[in-house]
Amino acid sequence: MKYKAMTAFAALAISAPIAFAGGADDDTLAIDGQEMITKTAAPAHMEETGIDTIISGWHFREDDTQSMQADTFDNPGMIAVDQAMDAWNTVEGSAEKSCASCHEGPESMQGVRAVYPKWNEEAGEVRTLAMQINDCRTNQMGADAYKYDSGPMAAMEALIAVQSRGMPVNVAIDGPVAETWEKGKELYYTRTGQLELSCASCHEENYGNYIRADHLSQGQINGFPTYRLKNAKLNTVHGRFKGCVRDTRAETYSPGSPEFVALELYVASRGNGLSVEGPSVRN
Amino acid sequence: MKLTGISAAVVLCATAAIANPIAPGEVQYDEYGAVAASLSGSDGDAANGAKIMVNRGKGNCVACHAVTALNDAPFHGEVGPSLDGVGSYRSAEELRGIVANAKKMFEGTVMPSFYKTSGFIRPGDGYTGKAAKEEDLMPILTAQEIEDVVAFLLTLQDS
Ligand code: HEC
Ligand code: HEC
Ligand code: HEC
Repeated sequence: MKYKAMTAFAALAISAPIAFAGGADDDTLAIDGQEMITKTAAPAHMEETGIDTIISGWHFREDDTQSMQADTFDNPGMIAVDQAMDAWNTVEGSAEKSCASCHEGPESMQGVRAVYPKWNEEAGEVRTLAMQINDCRTNQMGADAYKYDSGPMAAMEALIAVQSRGMPVNVAIDGPVAETWEKGKELYYTRTGQLELSCASCHEENYGNYIRADHLSQGQINGFPTYRLKNAKLNTVHGRFKGCVRDTRAETYSPGSPEFVALELYVASRGNGLSVEGPSVRN
Repeated sequence: MKLTGISAAVVLCATAAIANPIAPGEVQYDEYGAVAASLSGSDGDAANGAKIMVNRGKGNCVACHAVTALNDAPFHGEVGPSLDGVGSYRSAEELRGIVANAKKMFEGTVMPSFYKTSGFIRPGDGYTGKAAKEEDLMPILTAQEIEDVVAFLLTLQDS
């Protein structure tokens, strides 16, 4: 008896600081009762990656973080959605228009988040959602652009993401965006910085493993913008990319740079099939 | 901290003294990725090696490896194998090579090279996210710190 208790204690003592092994959990996410697709078959283009199931970052978080996302009243990111609702209706710029002047209610944005980044024929460029928002602000409204990874931008992205919540991500990777997608893929596998790590080193080869106290996910962006408990604000995709590149002891790219736009397209396409979850809650 | 293995490690590490540290670009790796001579010319200090292994700005080895002897430091990762007992199946020469540049032994490994100053893509100035000039780059660990870590690893014997 005594011996048994002691070995149990010893085992605990050994394993406690070593974070609890195991990959994604088996919980399911319903936001306000609406079921999210948080695990699904990997898109065909990922065949050579060895990943057959793509998994939302939600599955790698602790239970209390997870439950904050399941109820919109508990989700601190929803405060920004309310603020963006005000911004949506606010007249700004030389054309004296608001978003609502041309787009009516934000429900008109249903389905938009799921397909961005996407090709804009007129401009002849791949556009992220942030680029499109700023294009409307500057060219349609005569207002100042939002700073690319600023709070107001993250909030507006959150408002637009909410309209697509639950819809599967479905970005195009062929046709006019193919070249940008290839460039993004190359960046994903480039081992940067003095630590010589690529996105794949952590999010493809090691998702499910702990790196120090962090439980590595697949680095999906279907949940963006994300409210992070760590900095208590909404975080943009490029803000997150920047942090991850910096952590390889590398010179980062700037938010909104062609490199991060290409990387966003590629990373988004690795989530084709997962539900749009934004704004999600992460640690 | 269990440091009973230290004196043995010190004896093991005692190699021909070379006056100056061997520069990162001059290190001689054998065909298996091992390095015969002390990089600093001196013996390692295992107690300091243990500190370097848990320091986030230095080795931060426990970010990827579990090490029971370092359980006082919280949160050990699982990206690499547990290093328990590594001192009983790896020689000082092998460990030196692995810590200095693990890619010589494990091709393509995610383990960073701790004694290397060139050949990086977009090297940064520490963790600032800003660019570093390649000629200003310091290895993540100094020659003596590598020796200290090797001395500590050699104390990790099978119980
Ligand atoms: C003067 C009219 C006008 C205003 C004001 C305006 N937009 Fe637009 N918006 C457009 C037009 C026209 C398009 C489609 C143009 C295109 O595809 O390039 C568009 C497209 C968009 C799209 C892409 C929709 C899709 O299906 O791909 C988003 C997102 C968007 N606007 C957001 C906003 C936001 C946010 C605001 C307020 C900050 C705003 N717009 C203000 C005219 C406007
Ligand atoms: C040294 C390991 C490491 C590298 C290299 C790395 N990341 Fe991360 N990344 C993390 C950690 C740790 C987290 C937080 C836990 C998690 O979600 O994986 C994270 C989180 C993320 C997230 C947020 C996921 C979510 O669900 O909110 C995205 C997106 C991401 N990384 C993308 C990237 C991209 C793109 C790259 C390459 C430019 C990259 N990461 C490189 C460690 C890394
Ligand atoms: C980013 C993660 C990472 C970090 C940080 C890291 N390692 Fe490793 N290490 C690995 C991986 C992965 C392997 C397995 C080698 C392979 O890729 O096959 C490894 C292998 C080893 C081995 C060989 C083990 C054996 O069984 O032969 C030793 C010794 C080692 N690491 C020591 C260290 C030390 C000391 C440090 C800190 C100075 C360190 N590692 C930092 C990931 C890491």
